Amino acid sequence: MIDRRRFMQCLAWAGTGLVWSAHAGRLSSATLAEAAPAGSDFTFAQISDTHVGFAGDANRNAAGTLADSIAALNALPTPPAFVIHTGDLTHGQKAGAFDTLAETLKAVRTERIVYVPGEHDVFLDGGKEYLARYGRGTLGGGWQSFDYRGVHFVGLVNVLTYKAGVGGALGVDQLDWLKKDLAPLGTSTPVVVFTHVPLWAVYPAWGWTTADGEEAIGMLRRFGSVTVLNGHIHQVLQKIEGNLTFHSARSTAFPQPAPGAAPSPGPMKVEAEQLRRLLGVREVRYTEGAAPLAVVERPLA
Amino acid sequence: MTWRTIALGSLLALATAGAPTASHGGDGAARVAIHEFHFEPARVTIPVGGTVTWSNADEEAHTVTASDRSYSSDGLEHAEVFTHRFTAPGTYQYFCALHPHMTATVVVQ
Repeated sequence: MIDRRRFMQCLAWAGTGLVWSAHAGRLSSATLAEAAPAGSDFTFAQISDTHVGFAGDANRNAAGTLADSIAALNALPTPPAFVIHTGDLTHGQKAGAFDTLAETLKAVRTERIVYVPGEHDVFLDGGKEYLARYGRGTLGGGWQSFDYRGVHFVGLVNVLTYKAGVGGALGVDQLDWLKKDLAPLGTSTPVVVFTHVPLWAVYPAWGWTTADGEEAIGMLRRFGSVTVLNGHIHQVLQKIEGNLTFHSARSTAFPQPAPGAAPSPGPMKVEAEQLRRLLGVREVRYTEGAAPLAVVERPLA
Repeated sequence: MTWRTIALGSLLALATAGAPTASHGGDGAARVAIHEFHFEPARVTIPVGGTVTWSNADEEAHTVTASDRSYSSDGLEHAEVFTHRFTAPGTYQYFCALHPHMTATVVVQ
């Protein structure tokens, strides 16, 4: 079992409306007003765990909070160059949910939305429908990389290996591809990795880990600036390890408890007013030469 | 008795209410509750031709999926049920395809 107290010492919890950044391994924060986007070469955004079709008590209006999340994206001071969706587009692959999401996300004012799947998107059919919709331009089970203004982006898929007793993993094929993908890059290239389940062992007892995530992390350590974005755990959680920063994102649909803070990781019921503080999206700003990237949380309230 | 045990006891009572038998049913119908990311009970025994009915007491969606994927429910929402009939003797492991660390067993004899 994980020693929760020691484990929590490794984490820093982000507060509403704060920009966290790290220099020489030290975490610092500034308020939003102090951290205006001026000078950023570009910004992009992250949306996660939209769970279209969710209708539980934890949020009776997940469609409404998704709409509000899109409004939050559209209200960003600098329009995001693109948006990354880090999985669980649907809640349990309900009939019509992919269509509903696609239609809803048309309202996002951005050039492009890129996706990686969550387990809710692939568990019924092994990813067939997801890949038919979103697999174009990706490899294998939907993994991908692209460059944008000098930053290398890598989308990893860690939800296709589920079987009895075995949770998320990248698998040998994807790790081989990642190694080749990263090989030509110089260590000064900023790298952004996005995936659904956390790459690092957030809380293995709840399946909040990627079995072979350490192998991918090992390939990333030589780079001067690595930002790893994930979803799955429906809360803001950060970890810094050398030049790597890990950021778990809020869901737009429902919150989940802090690691080990409840009997199980099921949807967390909170007061209506508090709910909007626990849902939202994220803005990420890149400024050339100013590693690491600035991650700005945008809760709904 | 902890609150959790009480909650689980109530839940199992609910799960079997209206059923003619307890979870190891004499008429071949067993019931399993899905509660706090566990299948309860984790092992049921039924006769050949008997059924197991699972009821999801969690807020989170779960599935009942054979380890060899020979059968599977869709995502079961809160209070939704799934029934499967077992027609051959054997020991069958199943799991939740969304939370694969949730595993349990049906024994058919």
